[in-house]
Amino acid sequence: MTRVAVTTDVAGSAGTGTGPGGLPARRRLPERAVTPLRGLAGLAGLVAVLEVLPHTGLVSADYLPPASETLRALWHLLAEQTFWTALGDTLTGWGLGLAISVVAGVAAGLVIGSIPVLRAVTASTIEFLRPIPSVALIPVAVLLYGADLRSKLLLVVYAAFWQVIVQVLAGIQDVDPVADDTARSYRLGTWGRLRHVMWPTALPYVMTGVRLAATVALILAVTAELVIGAPGLGQEIAVAQTSGAVPRVYALVLVTGLLGVAVNLAARAVERRALHWHQSVRTEVAG
Amino acid sequence: MTALTVLRRALLLLGLPAVLFAVWWYATADSTDFYVPPLSAILEAFGKVWTGERLLSDVVPSLLRLTAGYLLAVVIGVGLGLLVGMRRAVRDVLEPVLELFRAIPPPVLVPVIMLFAGIGDTMKVLVIVSGCVWPILLNTVEGVRAVDEVLSDTCRSYGITGVARLRHLVLRGASPQIVTGMRQALSIGIILMVISEMFAASNGLGFTIVQFQRSFAIPEMWSGVLLLGILGFLLSLLFRFAENRALAWYHGLRNARRTP
Repeated sequence: MTRVAVTTDVAGSAGTGTGPGGLPARRRLPERAVTPLRGLAGLAGLVAVLEVLPHTGLVSADYLPPASETLRALWHLLAEQTFWTALGDTLTGWGLGLAISVVAGVAAGLVIGSIPVLRAVTASTIEFLRPIPSVALIPVAVLLYGADLRSKLLLVVYAAFWQVIVQVLAGIQDVDPVADDTARSYRLGTWGRLRHVMWPTALPYVMTGVRLAATVALILAVTAELVIGAPGLGQEIAVAQTSGAVPRVYALVLVTGLLGVAVNLAARAVERRALHWHQSVRTEVAG
Repeated sequence: MTALTVLRRALLLLGLPAVLFAVWWYATADSTDFYVPPLSAILEAFGKVWTGERLLSDVVPSLLRLTAGYLLAVVIGVGLGLLVGMRRAVRDVLEPVLELFRAIPPPVLVPVIMLFAGIGDTMKVLVIVSGCVWPILLNTVEGVRAVDEVLSDTCRSYGITGVARLRHLVLRGASPQIVTGMRQALSIGIILMVISEMFAASNGLGFTIVQFQRSFAIPEMWSGVLLLGILGFLLSLLFRFAENRALAWYHGLRNARRTP
């Protein structure tokens, strides 16, 4: 949240000089106060539209239940044990898959990135494997593991791993040659250079990779549940859809959306914490 | 000397893939595992399954739906993105709503869109649009917002307004960001193409592969997985080629700035 507020603030202060419509800046409320209010108004507007649309008959209430009904379905969901179990299953698949991909991606990236020969040899293979859509593995996962946590993990890890390793490799490539040479002339060993030169340079890239991987992992976790039928929110949606419980479908979709927002915000918070010393974060706060 | 460098580069480029291929080939050569057939059987199935009429009846419809959905998403995303990005108030109002929509994992929308559009081609195209549009839209908004202040002022003082300003300043300035969004959207689009066909379809790649899996036609299924992989790779190559052409000015500018 703070990041959004800060960046818009920067844009705002830069914009006040020219001012859209030529309004003098001091006559308006401070941007910092207006932006969240407008955002809330937008969300309220969305709820209102969703409430009114089915009543007008423009869209059948069978397909799009009024917002109040969706929210009621959501309220019922929150009281159900099965919902919390499903949420837990989704989060387990997401978290485990993300952890495996981050550890494997960082380890493989550091090894490949710090040995130039290895990097040159693997480049074409990585470029070929990376764009392969992980949903192509769905049939393989079903055959090998069935509707199991392992199927989910296979899809999640395949999708998220490449996001991490590619960023790690880009980060190591960004290492300042002068810094590396300096470290060498001070006789830092491989570990020392890895720890004090490569890792700090690569960390911002790693964090970007982790953030992207977190989003992709959630998508694939839910997809695995939806298509393969592994237990979790996705499976709940599939069940609700086949049994015609339309408000429940919408409530569950809303939950996955909120989960996505939460994952985004959490990833950004982690990024800011890990990089509090880094230029990009420091200047952002100062500005 | 040059022949040697060419040889070296070829070795680096093709060495590991060749080794991996060979390992796969020999490791499965006399495989009796029903689920992991020999690579030779998979390649044989590949030739048989995907070159004949299946190419026309399954691969082409899938690609057409992907193209239609993707292009529609680009038009809608860029159009709305320009509208939202150029007005600060609109942007403030809509940003949280858009962020929420973007955060919904796109495959989840398949059941919802099935309610509206049944299980025909419309549903699949809509699913692809609904997933691809958010990264393009949000990146366009970001790009439009970040258009260079000095350029913007210069345009104003030269009296460049309206369509000319849109074309030469706003779209141009935002295009690197827009392309980033389009790249994200492409991989989402491929995922949704496959998923929407796995759900309910009578043709298409996703449908055929799942069909193979359910009827335990294992080498055919593996050949489908292989085809999807190749398609993903080729589409990303195509995208990079188009990007390098469209953003040649931008990459050139960046390189020039980097090496003073």
